[in-house]
Amino acid sequence: MRERPIRRGFVREAGLAIAPLLALLAVLPLLYNNQLLLLNAVVFLVLAQGLNLTYGFSGYLPFGYVGFFGAGAYGFALATLHAAAPPLAAVLAGGLAAGLAGLLLAPLLRLQGAYFGLASLAAAEALRHTIANPDLEALTGGPYGVRLDVPYAPRLTYGLALAILGLTMGVVAFLRHSRFGLRLRAARDNPISAATAGIDVVRGRLTVWLVSATAAGLIGAVFAWSAPTFFPDAVFDISFSIFAIVFTLFGGAGTLLGPVIGVAVLYGTYTAIGVSAPQYFQLVYGLLIMALVMFFPDGLAGIRMPWRRRDD
Amino acid sequence: MLTYALLTGLIFGLYFGLVGLGMNLVFGVMRIVNLAHGDVLMLGAFTAFWLMRVAAVSPVLTVIGSFVLFFAIGIPVYYALVPRLQRSREPEMLSLILFFGLSQVIEAVMSMLFGNNERSIPSRILGGGPVPVLGQTIPFAWLCAAAVSVGLFCATYLYLYHTRLGRQTRAIMAQREEAVTIGVDVNRVSAVAFGLGTGLAAVAGVFAPFMLGSFTPSIGVPIDLVSFAIVVIGSLGNPLGTILGGAIYGVCLMLMRTYLSSFADLLPNLVLILVLLVRPTGLLGRRVRHA
Repeated sequence: MRERPIRRGFVREAGLAIAPLLALLAVLPLLYNNQLLLLNAVVFLVLAQGLNLTYGFSGYLPFGYVGFFGAGAYGFALATLHAAAPPLAAVLAGGLAAGLAGLLLAPLLRLQGAYFGLASLAAAEALRHTIANPDLEALTGGPYGVRLDVPYAPRLTYGLALAILGLTMGVVAFLRHSRFGLRLRAARDNPISAATAGIDVVRGRLTVWLVSATAAGLIGAVFAWSAPTFFPDAVFDISFSIFAIVFTLFGGAGTLLGPVIGVAVLYGTYTAIGVSAPQYFQLVYGLLIMALVMFFPDGLAGIRMPWRRRDD
Repeated sequence: MLTYALLTGLIFGLYFGLVGLGMNLVFGVMRIVNLAHGDVLMLGAFTAFWLMRVAAVSPVLTVIGSFVLFFAIGIPVYYALVPRLQRSREPEMLSLILFFGLSQVIEAVMSMLFGNNERSIPSRILGGGPVPVLGQTIPFAWLCAAAVSVGLFCATYLYLYHTRLGRQTRAIMAQREEAVTIGVDVNRVSAVAFGLGTGLAAVAGVFAPFMLGSFTPSIGVPIDLVSFAIVVIGSLGNPLGTILGGAIYGVCLMLMRTYLSSFADLLPNLVLILVLLVRPTGLLGRRVRHA
């Protein structure tokens, strides 16, 4: 296999997709003054791309992906509260906490499909209940949440979120155009053949899993920095998982821009119509999930245009 | 204390067995994880609320009525969703997402129509006060729920082992392809199994207000997790094993509530993860499941 065109593809995607997107997001605060909304959009972009990493490239759909987000937020909170860490170090601590949680949950990768999905959801719930345990109030704040004393720095947090987004999308582009990514997708489509061909299936999956967990943890920590008073139920809200899944499925898993389009269209409508009645979105997203599974299992990216060559 | 925990654990366990029974039947026959199970249960609780509390219908009629109603609802839902799903690339995984979507739709519609207030039904509606059992006092409603669960397990056994349709159901559970070759109408048998699954969930829902204290439109997802944990403990795809899963879960839950109450919420989640990792086929499992 030739190595060269693969690397060129990566550079092209980084230059033509990631850089313009980051530039656009960087100037948006000048044109649009709802900073919190923009930050939330970037948070969802990172979560969707992080989920895209595991689901798109290794085939594992973690319903409990929010667990890593919460772990990151609480990693940030505990580092600030108990170690008096400066915010930037605490963000790294958040990423580390989520990475460790990912390592702890690595045995779940032995499970497949639905079992993995539900086991990861159970793991996120277990983490939430542990943190919200009233007996651990002295350590985690228990069900009463935490109130952090961190400097308010909207520009810095937004920039940090953009950097995390750039890194995560860089990993996605790398997986799309590298040998490692190719091996990973081979292992996703047929683990036995891939293993026979000498691919270390377990190591590949584990690497992607940890990267994905760390991305969610880092963005969770940034989220905690920008909204320093929160409750366990807020950062472990399963809606984060649902949103990330819907955005990714909508645009198409395994693609670079699919999740971005998912966030732009769906989160855009979500905020345009108003957040006053969450049930309406639950209904719309529920119907959307069903329609996607029934009619477009590969998302928008899977819709065949008449002029596009069938390549399967 | 200990006797009380064990006794109530067993009673709750029988009820939890019923909660998981329908989900397991559907999984066994169709290999799909019905994440809307908890929401059907919630709909059953609403049905009980309106029939028994508002319209003062007798409890026996409510149980039968909700079973028939949700059996009838389950059949068209099966034909609308499952055959198409079975033709897709990875039905098991997609079923999880699809029924999760359905669960969100049901939850959203119910909370839009009826709000998120907690509802409950006074347990005197079932008649009878607390009953002394082995020196402990047990609410009559709990005993009713346990008795109905045992009854429905027996009925499921009779259906699976002593009727023609039931034997075909077991044939599909054991070897889907071979069942098709010998001429079993998979769609018809599966539709009935799906209907039974939703019917059983609804009956479990009728007793949910008594067993859980109160209910809201959002109890679906937590119940799915509990139910899946029970099903996995007993062994996926073996409906009658669910009763064992329920009993183990119920006793553990009551022991936790008695001695370590602040950690009781962790239990279903940890049990689910542990069983999946240590013994993915469940305690009664024989077949090798690829996990």
